[in-house]
Amino acid sequence: MSDKQMQTEEQTSKAIEGQPKSSASEPKHGKTVAKLLFVVVGMFGFGFALVPLYEVFCEITGINGKTNDEAAVYVPIDVDTSRTITVDFITRTNTGMPWEFEAQTKRVEVNPGEMAQVSFYVKNPASRDIIAQAIPSVTPGTAALYVNKTECFCFKHQPLKAGDEAVMPMTFYIDPQLPDNISFFTLQYTLYDITANADASEVVAMSNAPNIINANN
Amino acid sequence: MSTATDTVNTNPDSHGHDSHDDHHHHIPKGLMRWVLTTNHKDIGTLYLWFAFIMFLVGGAMAMVIRAELFQPGLQIVEPNFFNQMTTVHGLIMVFGAVMPAFTGLANWLIPMMIGAPDMALPRMNNWSFWILPFAFLILLSSLFVEGGGPAFGWTFYAPLSTTYSGDSTALFVFSVHIMGISSIMGAINVIVTIFNMRAPGMTYMKMPLFVWTWLITAFLLIAVMPVLAGVVTMVLTDKYFGTSFFDAAGGGDPVLFQHIFWFFGHPEVYIMILPAFGIISQIVPTFSRKKLFGYASMVYATASIALLSFIVWAHHMFTTGMPVFAEMFFMIATMIIAVPTGVKVFNWVATMWRGSISFEIPMLFAIAFIILFTIGGLSGLMLAITPVDFQYHDTYFVVAHFHYVLVTGAVFSIMAAVYYWLPKWTGRMFDITLAKWHFWCSLISVNVLFFPMHFVGLAGMPRRIPDYALQFADFNKWISVGGFAFGLSQLIFLALVIKACRKKGEKVSSQVWEGAEGLEWEIPSPAPYHTFDTPPTVK
Repeated sequence: MSDKQMQTEEQTSKAIEGQPKSSASEPKHGKTVAKLLFVVVGMFGFGFALVPLYEVFCEITGINGKTNDEAAVYVPIDVDTSRTITVDFITRTNTGMPWEFEAQTKRVEVNPGEMAQVSFYVKNPASRDIIAQAIPSVTPGTAALYVNKTECFCFKHQPLKAGDEAVMPMTFYIDPQLPDNISFFTLQYTLYDITANADASEVVAMSNAPNIINANN
Repeated sequence: MSTATDTVNTNPDSHGHDSHDDHHHHIPKGLMRWVLTTNHKDIGTLYLWFAFIMFLVGGAMAMVIRAELFQPGLQIVEPNFFNQMTTVHGLIMVFGAVMPAFTGLANWLIPMMIGAPDMALPRMNNWSFWILPFAFLILLSSLFVEGGGPAFGWTFYAPLSTTYSGDSTALFVFSVHIMGISSIMGAINVIVTIFNMRAPGMTYMKMPLFVWTWLITAFLLIAVMPVLAGVVTMVLTDKYFGTSFFDAAGGGDPVLFQHIFWFFGHPEVYIMILPAFGIISQIVPTFSRKKLFGYASMVYATASIALLSFIVWAHHMFTTGMPVFAEMFFMIATMIIAVPTGVKVFNWVATMWRGSISFEIPMLFAIAFIILFTIGGLSGLMLAITPVDFQYHDTYFVVAHFHYVLVTGAVFSIMAAVYYWLPKWTGRMFDITLAKWHFWCSLISVNVLFFPMHFVGLAGMPRRIPDYALQFADFNKWISVGGFAFGLSQLIFLALVIKACRKKGEKVSSQVWEGAEGLEWEIPSPAPYHTFDTPPTVK
């Protein structure tokens, strides 16, 4: 038997004799636990705080290509005729969204500061009334910060009764501050079916509205 | 040594005053001993067995995956069931096998290594283990509900887990909540134990590296498990309560999911590897008969890996369309992690340099770890390079990478740890012949299993798909054969552990291994039920 073993055996037998265990350390544990729980709760909160942080971060840097979801007020500015920006329009519908959705103008060429209007055609071929929400996305994302829309169908929900069709306008101008290296960008709209999540009043209003065919909205 | 244990067991009355303190009573018998236990060794054993069972369950799912992929085309399972298998295999191996195994080792070893009589919060310890089987019962039972279990991958990306998931998603979310609570309680226990219960003289810079790496791991756990709890909660409310955290139609952003998930997910991968570093740093010096080379640099390297792990998460998301400056930042930050990791590998090799090395089973696993983990680390560096990641992303190259670091890394280190400390736990040497069979079968089959995945990945085979193009058929056949062989090899391990627990084999001394140093080798083998009731003095 090694010395080490002897030593340990001694310790063990000492303990058997009823060495009082230090209960004085328990409050110390409590303090440490409290601090650690504070970290846990803080990090749980931080997980949720990431949601607004992400939004603000993207709004400032424009890296996720989201355009402003509120109408811009047009202040007359000098049109920068020295350069022309090409803007492409792409449309798609989310999985399970039955609408037909098409850009009537596929491409415009505008000078920064110049107002432009484009329109989009939608049709609800389904046999039920549907409320839609369009979500814009700009590529490259940094251009999103310089797209100012004075009017857009994406600002509000778009109800369409079964079989109806509509033309939805969008007016915008490009901020002349647009970085020089961007001469071309794409604006994509995706249509989502949000009928299930819409307010009941909206659904009622839609079903009470008269059928409109070929309306120019 | 059994006399000392017996004395403890049969003399509960010698200290009747401490009725609040059930540590000193005799070891209860039967099932209730395990249900009610607050003893760190019992709980460690429970964790380790639980992890082993989950390892076999998750392994069985991997066998289903490999059986389906043995040939191109669909033979054995439906695609939806295949997706459930990949998802639940991942969840079980991460949260059910690797993490509980490390927690089990922490429970067994940390008190013995720092000279503490038990974990600081024994009752919480009991809870943190016993909620775990229920978490996995919920997860596994979700496979049997109508529509099947979770099929969106262990990363549960939105909108797969919100818009397109089945009804069982709520079960998935609650089981992840319970796993998270269990991990957080375990981590708090580890930190409090290490902070408050070190023996006199056991300064921070004298702590064994396994204790150090676990301390840092525990901090990672309490920092990121709550974020995981948050993100699964958001998935839950998005799916069932009409919120729009990740739904673009309601103003949310699906990419946000990936940011929050990987803010948890990247530190999580270090949670699964830092304790492995600690284990290897214990084993290599023992069988090299030298002190660990660069102890302090090991501690600092571990801490820097942990800190860096918080600023690299978006390297999982290079293909989401990030701006170039962000891609550059995350690429460079990721590559910097190679520096402290390189320090560690260098130190292990330097420890072996000119040591008198003997190749006992734990050392075989440790050396295999060092070589194979380094292969996994290097493929990680390749993945960190943004432009080439566009080719590798979501291919079998990624699967090869993380299985090299998790199987030949984390799992091999756990096996090394079991072989290293098992004689201390049982008092007997395990069956060395069986162990050699286990090692060599595992080593060969694991490479047949994972190495060809690099090639099919580079050639473009996507992950998580039950079918593949014909040109990948030969490699996949080999991969599956390797997979079945690796799975069967683990049954050798099971037989060996059962045999060891039945107290077969030669009795061992308290030091067990000739070169072993540390407090746990100074107590008798098997380790008595109660150790260090009087703290030892560390010089």
